Order: sequence, then structure tokens, then C-alpha cells
Amino acid sequence: MPGNLRIIPKLEIKGPNLVKGVHLEGLRVLGKPWDFACRYYEEGADELIYMDVVASLYGRNSLADIVARTANDLFIPLTVGGGLRTLDDIRTLLRAGADKVAINTAAIKNPGFIREAARTFGSQCIVVSIEAKRTPGSGYEAYTDSGREPSGRDAVEWAVEAASLGAGEILLTSVDMDGTGLGYDVELIKRISAAVPVPVIASGGCGNPEHMCEAAKAGADALSAASVFHYRSFRREVDIGEFSAEGNIEFMLGNTGGHGFLRGRISPCGIGEFKERLCAAGMKTRMFPQPVSMAL
Amino acid sequence: MGPRVTILDYGMGNIFSIERAMRKLGCETVLADSPEGIAGAERLILPGVGAFGKAMEELERRDCVRAILDYAASGKPLLGICLGMQLLMREGSEFGGGRGLGIVEGRVVALKGEDMDGRRLKVPHIGWNGVCENGKEASWKGTILDGVGWDSSFYFVHSFVCVPSDQGAVLAETSYGSERFPSVIQAGNIHGCQFHPEKSGPLGLAVCRNFAFNTPEKGCGDAIRKDAGQAA
Repeated sequence: MPGNLRIIPKLEIKGPNLVKGVHLEGLRVLGKPWDFACRYYEEGADELIYMDVVASLYGRNSLADIVARTANDLFIPLTVGGGLRTLDDIRTLLRAGADKVAINTAAIKNPGFIREAARTFGSQCIVVSIEAKRTPGSGYEAYTDSGREPSGRDAVEWAVEAASLGAGEILLTSVDMDGTGLGYDVELIKRISAAVPVPVIASGGCGNPEHMCEAAKAGADALSAASVFHYRSFRREVDIGEFSAEGNIEFMLGNTGGHGFLRGRISPCGIGEFKERLCAAGMKTRMFPQPVSMAL
Repeated sequence: MGPRVTILDYGMGNIFSIERAMRKLGCETVLADSPEGIAGAERLILPGVGAFGKAMEELERRDCVRAILDYAASGKPLLGICLGMQLLMREGSEFGGGRGLGIVEGRVVALKGEDMDGRRLKVPHIGWNGVCENGKEASWKGTILDGVGWDSSFYFVHSFVCVPSDQGAVLAETSYGSERFPSVIQAGNIHGCQFHPEKSGPLGLAVCRNFAFNTPEKGCGDAIRKDAGQAA
């Protein structure tokens, strides 16, 4: 058995808030990223991913503060992405405390950027993020700008090229499945995992622990999920007033049982429960909580 | 303020996370990039990610190699993390690795990346993996693994592993597919861990704390080879 499967909550961040959409769109405010991140750390998240979901659209970067706060207190690997275009953007986030950065749009527009970034900072901290959508044929196309813009690139070929240019990992998001709770795109995971020599983090569609088992069997090395964790952690005690300027807060105002159309599809579930289910299915995950015979 | 920990800042990867971890534990942290900074250290951490050859170049460019060897010979605690652990070895990897610091006898080799049936595994080895004792009699009491349970997981990111000549220096081992490699080594005051304690949650912090608070300031210098200096 190789190393343990990693379970990685993905926090999509818009300005100061944690948001979640469906197919990477229709973002709803869920709360403050920090509260969710702390909870996931305590529950045994193996890593965290922060994605600035609007940065790519407006060409800005607003993550450094939340990254710094996270790095000061949560001692697990943190991957940060969203709108990174230059080596300086990467340097800023690494200095703020990110361990890895995820690049999508800038890499597709200029694949040489991957090589340059890997040479400068090391492959281990360069994650290429691929947002893939099924094509009418039987293939997958890579998209940019939060799943809005088709790149014309075949997702599998692009993954192979990205790895050969120095990407240390591939963060593979299915735009079709994102936020639906209907399960990962297993076929997509199979194709990309078989094609690249570097670890693949599967993302998009997880609604319950079974979905993670399927993705792991398809070859994923790490499993990322958002809604299924967020909707459990979501609490009504958040102060709505604090978020009212953000626009789309209907999720917070609505029933905590989940947004209407998602009810029934997503079974909000803690990281520990996921790990237990994966172990029961014969897969290895990190033991947590671990025996620590000394108080910290 | 807790103990003072000096972190070598030589341009190889993220030194901030180990600095944050040490501060979280109440240590005073100092970044050093010169022989003087190393000489003044009470506890020294050699971090690092990236390529072995490049790292040695960077150390040489800053004139730090001799200073690290002198520091190691002084008996004060030294901790190499990830690439920093590998640099402690005498010989680097076969692909452009060259000479290491030679503080610990041994060499660095590439991970094979194969499972028990010879199927290819992903390299680098990225993720959480367990550490196990090397030999039945071994105990972690009083080491940087003090308080760590058997098979506890830590966070690894690496493509190469250390092969110390003296198995006695291996404090803990980890398996990746068909291979077992040393995940923690200790030779007197010289400590190395292949995983990133600063990224391994509360248990990783426990390892950092053991190093910062519980390693004797003067270790046994005997484990250091007398000719360590010749590596430079």
C-alpha cells in the first residue's frame, strides 16, 4: 500500500468570506474561512486548499491575510490558488505561509510559467489546477477562469504536459460535478491518474463517503471536498449583518439543512466519518486523533 | 521566552513554516545565513526543499559549510529537515548530487516508487505516512520522537531518501510501497527527519518541541566522525 489517502477540504474564498457554488458558479456565502479551517484542522484534515474564486476574474489577489493567519496556527500543508499570474504572486503567498500554490489560467495561457515556477520554487510547491468539463464527444476539455472559459486544450494531454513541465501535483476539478453532491467524475480521475506520474487530487462532486471510495479506486491520491464538509460545519450563530453587504446570502438566511435543491444529495459529514468509511473499505488514511502522550 | 532556535536561511524553500512552529511553541527564532550566525547558534535547524546539488552550492556560496561542520562537532543540537536531513549525509544522490556535508556516514538515493508487486507508485512521495521503530529494542524516550505513538503519521514530500551506513543511527523507519527508508535519524547531537514536523499537525509540533526543549545542549560528540570536516 502506498501512503495514506489525503482528505483535503477545499475552501473557496471571496473577499473575506467562505463561499460555495455549483459548477463553480452561483456562489453563496457560508461564513468566515478561518472558523471552518480551524474546525477541519481539529477534525483531522490532512491538508487545506484555499481558492480565491473571483481573483482570476478581476486580476487581483486578496488571500494573503487569511493565509498568514492560517499558517500561524494550523500546522498542516496549505495550498492556495486563484488568480496567480506571476512569480511575485507566488512568492507573496509562499511568504505569507502557503506551502503550495495552485495555478490554472496563467499556466494554460503560458505553459512555460509552470517550468519557471517549478525551477524557482521547486516542483513540490507547484500544483497545476485543471478545471475539466466533459465534451460532447467522450473527452474532457480544460477550462479557465473558474470554469467559464474553454481553453481548447484536451484535459488529459494538458495534465501530462503540466506534469512534464514540473507540476508537482494536479488538482483536478470536475466543473460538471462541482457542488452537485452527485459524486466525483470517476472516468476523468481514471484517465488523468493513469496518464500522469504525479499525485492527483480529485475535486468536485463529493456528497458522501462512498464518493471518496469511488474516486480513490479510480486512482486519486488525495480527495478534496467542500460542500459536504461546509454544510455540516455551517452554524446559524453567524451574524448575518456582517455578511449583508456581500449580496448572495440566501443560504445563510435559509434552512441550515442545506440549500433546497441540494437536500438529499449531500450528506453533511465530518472528516473523521469519512476516514472511518475509507478504512472500512480497505483504504489507508491518517489515524486521527493520534495518540499523543504529552500535552501540547 | 523559550529556547533560542536558529534556522538556516540559505534560499532553499520555505523557512517560514518551521519558524512559525517554533514561535508557536514559545521559542525565540533567529534566521541565519552566515558562518557567524551559525557559530552563534544554540540549537540549529537546517531546513530545505529542492535539489541536493543546488542546496550544497547555496551553502558553499554563503560560506556556511565549514561553519555547519564546526557547529556539529561542538555537540550542540542540529536538526536537518527533509532535504536538510539528506544534506547531513556524505554522498548525495547519483543524479548530480555530489558531496554532502558528511556529518553522518551514508548516502542519498532516489525512491524506487514501487509497490509489492512491482507496480509504479507516484514519486514524489507526498502525504501522511507512519513512522515505526527500527528494531524491537529501540525506544524513543529522550529522543525527538519522545511521546510519539508507534505508526503515528507525519507529512512527507520527497523523492530521495537517506541510507546511513550505520543502522544504529536510524531511529524510525517508514514504508512507501516495497521500500523502507529512515524517516528519523539520530547520531548524538545530530538529528534528522525526512518528514516535515512543522506541517504534521499537533504531533509534528511535539517533535519540534522535543528538539527545542529537550535535546541536551551538549550532546555526545563521539558520533560525529572525526574527519567530518573533509567533506567541504
